[in-house]
Parts: sequence; C-alpha cells; structure tokens
Amino acid sequence: MGPGLYYYYRRFRKQLAILAAVIGPGIIVMVADNDAGGITTYSVTGAQFLYSFVWVEILLGPVAFVCQEMTVRLGAITKRGHAEAIFDAFGPFWGWFSLMDLTLTDVLTIVTEFIGMTAAMQIFGVPPLLTEIAVILLIMAMVIQGRYWTWEKIVLIFCVVNLIYVPAAFLVNPHWPTVFQQGVIPGFPFGLNSTVFFFLMANVGTTIAPWMIFFQQSAIVDKGLKERDIKYSRIDTAIGSVFTILVAAFLVIIVATLLPGSNIQDAATASIRVMGINKYVGTIMAIGLFDAGLLGAVCISLTSSWAFGEVFGWAHSLNSKVTQAPWFYAFRLLVLVIAAIIVLIPGAPLVEITLFVQVIAVTLLPAALSFLLILLNEEEVVGKHKNSLLQNILGVVIVVAIIILSTLYAISTLFPGLFG
Amino acid sequence: MTRAIGKIREINRKYSQPRIHLSRTVKSSLLMLRLYLIFLVLLLLYKLVTTLIR
Repeated sequence: MGPGLYYYYRRFRKQLAILAAVIGPGIIVMVADNDAGGITTYSVTGAQFLYSFVWVEILLGPVAFVCQEMTVRLGAITKRGHAEAIFDAFGPFWGWFSLMDLTLTDVLTIVTEFIGMTAAMQIFGVPPLLTEIAVILLIMAMVIQGRYWTWEKIVLIFCVVNLIYVPAAFLVNPHWPTVFQQGVIPGFPFGLNSTVFFFLMANVGTTIAPWMIFFQQSAIVDKGLKERDIKYSRIDTAIGSVFTILVAAFLVIIVATLLPGSNIQDAATASIRVMGINKYVGTIMAIGLFDAGLLGAVCISLTSSWAFGEVFGWAHSLNSKVTQAPWFYAFRLLVLVIAAIIVLIPGAPLVEITLFVQVIAVTLLPAALSFLLILLNEEEVVGKHKNSLLQNILGVVIVVAIIILSTLYAISTLFPGLFG
Repeated sequence: MTRAIGKIREINRKYSQPRIHLSRTVKSSLLMLRLYLIFLVLLLLYKLVTTLIR
C-alpha cells in the first residue's frame, strides 16, 4: 500500500512551512526594483505610449528572474556576497572597481529615491527635510533589534504596500479588451522609432540594476539560506518577479487610462494630475511612489554596507546589534545622510544626477553580470549547481541583450539626439 | 589613515591570486570588460570636456 492522502497533506504542509521561512530576499529585491526611478519610468511610458508597453513589462519579469536566480545559487553555496566573491575569484582590480562603482551608484540611486519620496510627501504638504529625517530614522529603527527576521518582515509589509497599484488600476475602469489588444499582444503600434527605442532601453535599464545582484546574494548569506533551500529561494524569486510585473504593468495601465498623451516628466507630477481626475487613485499613486522610494533606500543602502563589510571583514549582519557591528551600521547611515543632504542642497543638479546614475550603473552592470555567469560555470565554486547548457544559453542571451540596451541607453542619455 | 592603508594592503595581499581557473574564455571576457570600461570612461571624459568648453 502506498502513502495515503494524509502523508501527502503533511508533506505539502511541511514544504509550505519551509517556503514561508525561506521567502523574503527574492520578493524584496524584485519589488524594490520598482523603485522611485522605476515608477517614474512606468508613469512616463504609460502616458506616452498608452498600453503598448505592457507586454514589455511582462517580458522583463522572466529576464530579471534568470539573472537573480543565479545569485540565489551562488549565495547559498559559497556563503559569500557578490563583492567578496569578485575579490576572491578575479583579484583586487575587479574587486575594488566593483566595490567603488557599486557604492557610487548606490549613493546616486538613493538620491533619486529621496527625490521621489520628498516629491510624494510634498503632495501631502510634508516638507522635504522632515520626510528625509523621518525616513532615515525609520530605516535605522528597523535594525535596532539586531534581528534579520524583524527587518525582513517589516520590508515585506512595504512590498505588499507596493502592490497598491493593482487595485488602483481597477478603480480607473480601463477598457480591458483594449488593454489586452494593445498591451498583451507584442507589437509597436507607435512604430519602432528612436523615442520608442529610448523608452524600451529605459524600461530594460530599470529592470536589472547592479545593486540587485549584490543585494540578493548578500541577503541570502545573511539569512543563512543553505544549498537545500535553493528550490524554495527560486520560488521566492519567481513570486517576486510576478509582483514586479504586476506593479509595472498596472501602473502603466493606470497612467495610460487617465493621462493618455500627457507630457509628464515624473511620477509625482503624474500623481498630482491624476488627483485632479480621481482623488483616490492620485493619492494611491503618491503613496506608491513614497513606498517605492522607501523600499529602494532600505535595500540599496544595505547593499553597499554588506559589500564593504564582506571585503573589510567588519561584522556585517542584520543579526548583529548596532554595538556589535558599528562600522556596518555607521556606513549605512553615512550613505543615507550623504544622499539626503545632496537632495536638500539648493540648486543641486538633481535632474543631471538622475540621468547620470544610469550611466554610472552601466559601467558596473556588464561586469557584475559577466562575473555571475563566469562563477556559475565554475564547478569548484558552485559544484553540481553550475549552469546547465540551457541556463547558459538563456543567461548569455539575456546578459548580452541587457548590456547592449543599457549601454545604448547610457550613451543616448549622455548625448541626447545621437540616435535621431 | 595609516590603519586604513594597511587594511587595503592586507585585502590586496589576501586576494592577490584569482582563485578560479582563468581559462581562455574567462581571460577574453575580462579583456572585453576592460576595453568596455575604457570606452565608457573615455566617453564620460569627452562629455565632461565638451560640457566644460561650452
């Protein structure tokens, strides 16, 4: 007699319990990917090209999954963050380059998160200085207990808030047959001109950022996930990629429905304009923008601190109290304070910084992705979890495509009008 | 400052030898990455100089 139904029920419940314990880094990194910059990109895309980019957002979910899944294996097996792995495998030149470039990119990206958060809170009449102080205090308070689990649970709540765009899309009553016809079936109803191509590159650029690779690998190490947890971590990352698609696609649908053809430059302006049409949806958009910036700041500030901690040998775990890992937390605070001050400087070139961050990120992205692929092909590093032929083909195609599109995006940002 | 420089030297010593086997594919990938980086740095410098001249 084979195992009964109760056996399968017990086994399913056990697996569900393990999944619930493992879940976290994948969802967090994927949802935080839709940061303030991402929300702006989706808002402007929806206003300019209506529903026609929804399929692009859907396609980018699996692309992000393929890249992030590799960090899961590397982190769980080597028990090392990406920065340390680069130093160890490729030597000091690539190690220092990655560490310094990552930190610069992170500081500049957090500047864009603060721009988004202060703009969102200004809609509700909160002055930028107050927003910044409150955000920094909140971010530091989350780790005061010195427990990774506490931090993760709080961040997962922020991730759920980020899904606020999904119900909001139903409140605006889009014509769903048109959404499916224009959005889900791949095509370029506006033609494939230079503007469409620029937005295509911008959307790809927001999908994979260097910090994501470093963040998830370090988070997996800090959480203490092991080789046997890899399959659950994959599910975690897959759920995260579905969430990231939902947020991107539904935000495009909201803006395309309410502000078709509008000339908006950022997500805060989009929220204000939407408030004029539908007060509740506009408010939801402003809350979503703040939450996206907060998630970005929480995760990105941790990325550099983890990386520095790994390389310099500081205690660098969220399971350590502030007194046990002073350099780790001080570095994180410093990164946040520098970014906050930059935003508050009168006449600071914030638009230029927002554009420049893409260019700096592109200097690191190809290296980070290539190192990931190389390390996942080293049997002595990842053992039986090395990339299969199919994973390599998928990985190489995606990495090459991301490198080409991101580089073209950076060049077109540096030299507007170069591509017509 | 001296301690920081000492720490950096220690890190350089610790990771002085790449741990993975540098096959021809890996070596050529690293070379391509260096060239790519040089290209981007030159592009940024060009942008900086032309912006300053203007």
